[in-house]
Amino acid sequence: MTAALIRVEDLAKDYPTAAGPYPALHGVNLEIGAGEFVAIMGPSGSGKSTFMNLLGCLDAPTRGRYWLAGQDVARLPTDALAQIRNRQLGFVFQGFNLLQRSSVADNVALPLVYARVARAQRRIRARELLAQVGLERYAESLPSRISGGQQQRVAIARALVNRPRVVLADEPTGNLDSHTSEEIMALFARLNRDQGITLVLVTHEPDIAAWAGRVIRFHDGALAEDRRQLPRPVSSLSLSPESPRPAREQVA
Amino acid sequence: MIGPMLAEALQALASNRMRTFLTTLGMVIGVGAVIVMLAVGSGAQRSIRESISAMGSNLFIVLAGSASSGGVRLGGGNAATLTLADAEAIDEQPSVRATAPLVYGSAQLVHGAYNWGTQVYGTTPGYLEVRNWGLLAGTMFGDSDVRSAGRVAVIGTTVAAQLFGAEDPVGGTLRINGSPYTVLGLLAPKGQSFDGRDQDDTVLVPITTAQRKLFGSSFRGSLRMIMVQSVAADAMAQTELEVTSLLLERHRIGPGQAPDFSMRNLTAVAETAAATARIMSLLLGAIASISLIVGGIGIMNIMLVSVTERTREIGIRVAIGARPQDVRLQFLLESVALALLGGAVGVLLGVIGSELIRRLADIPVEVSGGSVLLAFAVSASVGVFFGWYPARKAARLQPIEALRHH
Repeated sequence: MTAALIRVEDLAKDYPTAAGPYPALHGVNLEIGAGEFVAIMGPSGSGKSTFMNLLGCLDAPTRGRYWLAGQDVARLPTDALAQIRNRQLGFVFQGFNLLQRSSVADNVALPLVYARVARAQRRIRARELLAQVGLERYAESLPSRISGGQQQRVAIARALVNRPRVVLADEPTGNLDSHTSEEIMALFARLNRDQGITLVLVTHEPDIAAWAGRVIRFHDGALAEDRRQLPRPVSSLSLSPESPRPAREQVA
Repeated sequence: MIGPMLAEALQALASNRMRTFLTTLGMVIGVGAVIVMLAVGSGAQRSIRESISAMGSNLFIVLAGSASSGGVRLGGGNAATLTLADAEAIDEQPSVRATAPLVYGSAQLVHGAYNWGTQVYGTTPGYLEVRNWGLLAGTMFGDSDVRSAGRVAVIGTTVAAQLFGAEDPVGGTLRINGSPYTVLGLLAPKGQSFDGRDQDDTVLVPITTAQRKLFGSSFRGSLRMIMVQSVAADAMAQTELEVTSLLLERHRIGPGQAPDFSMRNLTAVAETAAATARIMSLLLGAIASISLIVGGIGIMNIMLVSVTERTREIGIRVAIGARPQDVRLQFLLESVALALLGGAVGVLLGVIGSELIRRLADIPVEVSGGSVLLAFAVSASVGVFFGWYPARKAARLQPIEALRHH
């Protein structure tokens, strides 16, 4: 058996409703290899968010199995799941989800706090990651002082700080204008190409999915399409720390 | 782990100053009230303890019986039933350490241009021992003065101040009811007795002088009372038995007849007063602690609001690897920080308040280090106790629901 980074077998999730269990996800079988850049698409209610929650160990499946880097993680206890989210996974959200009271650097270093990394190392590592996303000079700023695109880059730095195996991004450009979306996608594409970071990204937009090497489409809680494609080439779009621009939506 | 969490807790408290201030106010008032009440209580206890030790320890008084004339009974100490011989006999009992016979009455004192009315006590040199009293200057009169009924006196500091002012009274002369007395010594200041009398407003003269020369008409050869000091606290019962049977025998009072004297345990009276003060201070502290509970409920209330407001933040933390216990610890730290902050300000206000009470109301107060430590310990416990439920609520949030929360 090839060492797929992510392997799910007959993965299913039912949600309890007043009218009995509602199957949000029927048995899904899927493998994602290390270094892949996968876009997950589908209309709302298609099961793609449920699937992402399961991949992110934020929710437990009703049925089926899930191996992450060879480890069966479908039915681990709460604390073990927390550790997997902390060490193996990185999350990027549509609404950035930064802590508004903490500085940019502290936000980036937060996963290291839960990994019990010492203060000095946390600082060094946070600076390193901020340098990678071109935001070193905003290290001590509060998230509300920088633009939406910059906030999302901070969130990406936070997702990467603990050297995860997979970065899961849930509509990471949903709150950004098209120009900034391009920048964020270029950053993802470069991280995937240069550092071999495995990316699973949910999106509605075909333009965004075009950056991925593989597109998976969900429909009615089942896999409807799984195709490989030639990804859009990473342009020479530079990561300039653009002038602060208010985000389209600020999340408290 | 604790370090960054504590920093975040303080950050959270600092980011909402008004709310933090109002929430801690409950703790501030509670802790402040407890500190003040304990200070007042222990101040009262201390002043009673001091009064007891000033009075002398393990003391009885034997009072002469009541005299009656024409059907009017005059109260204890007025009948001529106790004599110096009785006092000497009591002094020889094995469980008796010292005795002091007493006669006393009011007299007018004069020195130079000043005069002062006070109580004059006739007694023996043993009185100072019984009363656990020392001299500031000069000497006590001796047994020879008692034998010769000399006109000598030892005076308290209040009397010295009233009659002699800044002048050194020792060696001076004062007139008691017109007759001149030489001042041999000045008593050390003793302050108030536990019933509030100024014990330094007093004059001691030899018992014989008082009997024959000062209050001659009322106490020819008799005593008002005898103070009896037992050898030890646990010999008090023994002393009471010995003295009673001795006096019954000496006065030839048979069984069934009413004794012509009475005996009182002064230490027991004082200890009752001390116990009352202790109960009072416990009561005051208990009432004050109710406000601590109210303060704790305030903290719990605001922590519950905080958990709801920060549901999304909790979701983010859980998503990036916080375990339920990490979330719980974070909110617990916040409520404990809140409570301790209130406790610290409360201690400060309590100490200031106690000092104000001491100065303005002239009540003895005593802020003990113990009560300050107790206040901090109780604050921390209140923080943990009332923070527990909100913290548990935060720790039990499901990450998906928390992340969906707006």
